[in-house]
Amino acid sequence: MAIKFGKISDGEYELDVKGYVCPHPQMYTKKAMQKLDSGDVLHLNFDNPSSGESIIAMMESEGNELFERLDSNGSFYWKIRKG
Amino acid sequence: MSNTISFGAPQRMLAHRGGYTAIGLGIAIAVISAVMLLKDTRWIYLLVYVWFGVVYGLFLQYGRFCMASAVRDLFAVNVPRMAVGVMIATALFSIIAGLVTVSGYSTFHPHPFGWHIIIGGLVFGFGIVFTGGCASGSLYKSGEGNIGSMLVLVSISFSQAPFADLGSWSNRFVPESWTASALEKGMPEELSVTAGWFDQFITGDIWDLSGGTVGQALNSGNIWFDTFVGNTLLGAILPTLVLLAILYSVTYRKGYLRRNKLVAPAFADHLRGFWAMMTASKNTAIAGLGLGVFAGLHMWATGALREHYQIFNFGELLTSMGFNEGLSIQQTVFDPGYWYITTQEAQLGAWVMDGMGRDVMDNVFFGLENGIPNPLINAPLLMSLGIIVGAAILALIRHEFKWKVPNLETATFALVGGALMGIGARLGMGCNVGAFFAAVTNGDLTGWIFLAGMVLGGLLGVKAFALWMDRKSKGDEFDF
Repeated sequence: MAIKFGKISDGEYELDVKGYVCPHPQMYTKKAMQKLDSGDVLHLNFDNPSSGESIIAMMESEGNELFERLDSNGSFYWKIRKG
Repeated sequence: MSNTISFGAPQRMLAHRGGYTAIGLGIAIAVISAVMLLKDTRWIYLLVYVWFGVVYGLFLQYGRFCMASAVRDLFAVNVPRMAVGVMIATALFSIIAGLVTVSGYSTFHPHPFGWHIIIGGLVFGFGIVFTGGCASGSLYKSGEGNIGSMLVLVSISFSQAPFADLGSWSNRFVPESWTASALEKGMPEELSVTAGWFDQFITGDIWDLSGGTVGQALNSGNIWFDTFVGNTLLGAILPTLVLLAILYSVTYRKGYLRRNKLVAPAFADHLRGFWAMMTASKNTAIAGLGLGVFAGLHMWATGALREHYQIFNFGELLTSMGFNEGLSIQQTVFDPGYWYITTQEAQLGAWVMDGMGRDVMDNVFFGLENGIPNPLINAPLLMSLGIIVGAAILALIRHEFKWKVPNLETATFALVGGALMGIGARLGMGCNVGAFFAAVTNGDLTGWIFLAGMVLGGLLGVKAFALWMDRKSKGDEFDF
């Protein structure tokens, strides 16, 4: 179980922080977003529910768009477009 | 936002395996409560703790309500969501606490004012960054199946208990003035108050300090004025509004104005922005409202039961019910009468240590004040269990329950951070709930000092965590 981050195609990145609790998911998401250019998409995998609330607030505050989310059985798969 | 799959239509929320387990947990609590009450109605005193614990757990999970997040996310990711939620809960609880005070049912005692509060807050605040949750947050996250948070609870318990029971070897760190003052107290010999740092800290330092509420300082002779103007308005709501204004100005204003394309904002725009910040996370705001109201009701319910049974402490009721084991030499047990977290975890640690043959009652903290009752009749500890069960019920219903086994890094953080939380809580005379939330809402300003220490500790913790991240990511995909 390790944090994984990488480019999966042009303008598309994936961050997997499953198995980690606060503050890892939100801090690694913040760091990952710094790597992206405007318009790029981050595929985010995590399973710590409380991090989701912070990530939503962070995305709204920084002008990024959470445009797709799949939440099931304690796992979250979100797509975020950098503004 | 599109393609959202969340927890389904309300009518089908319970019709799944997790939902059935949640119903089962609810029924189990109801049946156990009924059996206990049929056996002896006086168990109502203990069950009130349990039921309020379940309610706290529901709200904490619903709003992902964690005071660690309030401090940490502010500095780590510039998100004020949780800090706002805590302030809402604080303002609400202060009003209800005021009503409870004027009704004569308040169980609150102000904390002594001294250096220990800010140091305790600092150590506690540093620890919570690494554990991923505050004292109550770790309980509700345990209810979500997070084994790392359970390790935090274990660490809080087993750091506090030996810390409160430090032996003679720690006397070298005790100032002579503490020892002299401790001796003057004339404590019973079996407490051996001059053997150990923590005993002398309590009897030789803390007991010599004084404290009080804003209402007591006003002392106008009118309890309504002292309580609602002193404790509620000046002690809680005004500082809360100031902190909210700072949060808006530092963390939320810029983004709000940008999102709404406001170049030259008027005062009314800022008021709308302030309201947007308050309601940005409805779950958090609702949890803040609920916790504020129920924390006040809890204090009222326990106060009313004490009046009904003509007791000051649950230990008296336990004695009359034939339970004498684990009581302090004053025949008392820890019984705050309101939302509290860490002391009962210390009792759990001490009870286990006692079972392993160590004498943990030869000190003031357990031997004189709190006792080490069997966990099955330890009312505040069962409230903590109630929080875990309440959170589990909602997490199961919302499809958010998941067993999460920590890796070595998170397990280490949980154990080390939990130990810092435990020691910080004992130094500061409580955690984010007992030393901050319950204090400020009753007009005791020492709670704001604990918060200041917690914020400073949180800031240092975030810096330390960021350094750890940078060091760990050298040469990997995050090295940019």
